Amino acid sequence: MSLARADMAARPILEVSGLSLAFGGLRALSDVSFTVPEEAITAVIGPNGAGKTSLFNTISGFYRPQAGSIIFAGENLQGVRAPQRAARGLARTFQNIALFRGMTVLDNIKLGRHAHMRTGVLDALLYWGRAQKEELELRAEIEERIIDFLEIQHIRDAAVGTLSYGLQKRVELARALAMRPRILMLDEPVAGMNREETEDMARFILDVKEEWGVTILMVEHDMGMVMDISDHVVVLNFGQVIASGTPREVQGNEAVIAAYLGSGDVGEIARRIKAEAA
Amino acid sequence: MRIGTLKTSYGADEALFDSSVQRGLLVLLALGAVAFPFVASPYWLFLACLCAINVASATGLNLLTGYTGLVSLGQAAFMSVGAYAVAVLEIRLGTPFLLNLLIGAALAAVIGILVGIPSLRVKGLYLAIATIAASVILHFLFSHWSLTGEARGLSMPPASLFGYVIDQPFTLYWLIMPVTCLMVLGAANLLRTRIGRAFIAIRDRDISAEVLGIPLLRYKLTSFAISSFYAGLAGGLWAYFFRVVTPESFPLVNSIFYLAAIIVGGMGTILGGILGAVFMTLVPELLKFAANWLTPIYPDALAALAPVRTIVFGGLIVGFLIFEPRGLAEIWRRVRRFFHLWPFRT
Repeated sequence: MSLARADMAARPILEVSGLSLAFGGLRALSDVSFTVPEEAITAVIGPNGAGKTSLFNTISGFYRPQAGSIIFAGENLQGVRAPQRAARGLARTFQNIALFRGMTVLDNIKLGRHAHMRTGVLDALLYWGRAQKEELELRAEIEERIIDFLEIQHIRDAAVGTLSYGLQKRVELARALAMRPRILMLDEPVAGMNREETEDMARFILDVKEEWGVTILMVEHDMGMVMDISDHVVVLNFGQVIASGTPREVQGNEAVIAAYLGSGDVGEIARRIKAEAA
Repeated sequence: MRIGTLKTSYGADEALFDSSVQRGLLVLLALGAVAFPFVASPYWLFLACLCAINVASATGLNLLTGYTGLVSLGQAAFMSVGAYAVAVLEIRLGTPFLLNLLIGAALAAVIGILVGIPSLRVKGLYLAIATIAASVILHFLFSHWSLTGEARGLSMPPASLFGYVIDQPFTLYWLIMPVTCLMVLGAANLLRTRIGRAFIAIRDRDISAEVLGIPLLRYKLTSFAISSFYAGLAGGLWAYFFRVVTPESFPLVNSIFYLAAIIVGGMGTILGGILGAVFMTLVPELLKFAANWLTPIYPDALAALAPVRTIVFGGLIVGFLIFEPRGLAEIWRRVRRFFHLWPFRT
């Protein structure tokens, strides 16, 4: 318990406060506030349609929230567009893999570094000096740090479209790591994986945190994995934060149990319908 | 024959031509290109120059349509910008031809950027229509502006270098071929850097390109600029080659020709742009030869087969779309793969 307290007090790298997002009459997020402490794993959980992916899309800059603020490493991200957020170290993966299927694994990973490279059109046409130096440095770093780390040497020249689902997820993680992330947002990193693949991915996520010192914010439905590896859990339901804390605290929380299992309380259901209608 | 390739540095693995067989073939090809003007007749030199000009323009369009996924039917119009700029500069100022070519290409690039602005909002067929609109505007401008000779067009003096006049296919070959080779090499280089990767990312999935820190508008406009720079340069070479530029020199059907060339050759491969443009330029000529050979047997062959030739040409294109949708470049890839293991396994 005391350990958890100490963690909670750690400096947050991402602070979401009062975030509200609506699509017409549908409120996807209402007054969502939570913090993501640095160099820890924070999981966002909740039933389907709770607003988890909307939350991710808002943080990455695809959706513009109606209210609230997102503070990343001390900077308010309001008005910062998606590509600039990526350049500041906000990397993410997608629920349904968003790799470039026609490109090789290596080219997909190289794309992650785009925002940190300086090569201009003229350098590129000549492929001399800076362009060549930059490409070769990138190649060396990807090979030695990322490909080696994620154990994907054997597929580096394969077209992404030919790979299994589990491997594609791993390549997507590799690409996100190439972005020099300060915070890594993983949208359902183990969805659709078998037990062995899930365990591999969980190990990679823990290693990313330990070895790279990267903060992780993930959405995941696999409760076993969430409870095993997360330091903090935020529970969303109907676009609202209904609980947050350590995995143990959240597991015992009555609101969370009700959200997942339903409750026999008629008043609760009425309140829920009201919240949805609002 | 090639079982595997061993590399000991990342540089060797990132090289454009990574095997000794490839490099050997390339040297042979270069020697052939150098020897060609000394053995070929002016007619074949003429065709070689035309092929090279078309390769340059098709490669530019391939960067835009094949790699960035932005469909354009304005390539001929961008060529006309380069051609007119070169003609006007040569006639009015008589500046050195390399400078004229660069100015013409740069001007085409600027026009390309303007035409590309709607590409952030519109895609596919809608963008193609926008580029057609731009072609029509440019055509109108060139056929009504006194500077560009209105409907009569411009006829210009040949290029000259230190008093040496470049006006024969033999001499023009030495101007056009090296420029085209450099342009193709530039395009190949571009595609192994972050800029080329960004183009492909935009083509394949523009939302995730944005999350990787690729600003869409800037890169789409860069692609338009480079593509129309290539078209402008090709148009400039075309002007020096024919020395008459009229509003009818670059009709809309030429834009379709380039689009067909990269489809037949293979979209999104450098080799595809080269093979497609050569195929589209040479096949009508080869069919003319075929008709000539038939003349002794059937005296009216040339007249009777003229329309058939067009039909055969069209049939070949349709055949490619159906049987080899990834183009000539894919056939070449298959041939290469076969020989990698030959004769041990086929």
